[in-house]
Amino acid sequence: MTNPVIFWLIALVVIVSGLMVVLLKNIVHSALFLVVTFVGVSATYVLLQADFLAAVQILVYAGAVSILLVFGVMLTVRGDIKSSNLFNRHKLSGGVVALALFLIVERIILKTEWVLSKNPAPESTVGPIAEAMLTKFVIPFEVAAILLLVAMVGAILLAKGEGKPQ
Amino acid sequence: MITLNHYLILGAVLFCIGLYGALAKRSAVAVLMGIELMLNAVNINLLAFNRFLTPDKMVGHVFAIFVIVVAAAEVAVGLALVINIYRDRSTTMVDDFDWLKW
Repeated sequence: MTNPVIFWLIALVVIVSGLMVVLLKNIVHSALFLVVTFVGVSATYVLLQADFLAAVQILVYAGAVSILLVFGVMLTVRGDIKSSNLFNRHKLSGGVVALALFLIVERIILKTEWVLSKNPAPESTVGPIAEAMLTKFVIPFEVAAILLLVAMVGAILLAKGEGKPQ
Repeated sequence: MITLNHYLILGAVLFCIGLYGALAKRSAVAVLMGIELMLNAVNINLLAFNRFLTPDKMVGHVFAIFVIVVAAAEVAVGLALVINIYRDRSTTMVDDFDWLKW
């Protein structure tokens, strides 16, 4: 089993940087802390013996998604960057809703009796994932490919501003 | 000893932080960041369930991969929308996106 100290350290990094993403006033700093959160979540995947997904998390989230978000910030922010990420009028009520949801979920998690399995996890997950993806889940796999293609075409069309009167 | 509950609580905390960001931020890009945090929390939950309940099956991993695919597509289209709206209205504040007001 994993060392508890490592888990608590990673959980601390994930939660603190996640809070920083929401609470900081400069949206560029939020984006940078978002990368820290993604790397921390990837470390959690390693603890859960999901090596392939940890690598995918680093590549897709810390690599691609955060770069996209930084591009979005650079192309749109105007005015003072120091106050570019403020709260709207739901600052208090949103906090209450999030806290209430957490308390409910936490109660449910602690009350449930999980049927834990004693089976060991496989040494490497890449082979079993490939087997599952290309046999049992081959239709969803193809649909996901089509979804990515459609999203790519849609994003290009939208960002180009097609059909806008000049 | 780290059990399933620890991972589930970590996922719940991260999800609620993301929910707070999605609900209470003014900038549309910050709302997208909150949604990404929520999707990451879901992935932690899926992998924790897979590890502790059915470690010999890969269903949780496959689901997590599909979540990542959808999240990547969502953030690409979402940012394209934000940039398009910014071109029209010169703002990314969610409160100003009010075309559908009757």
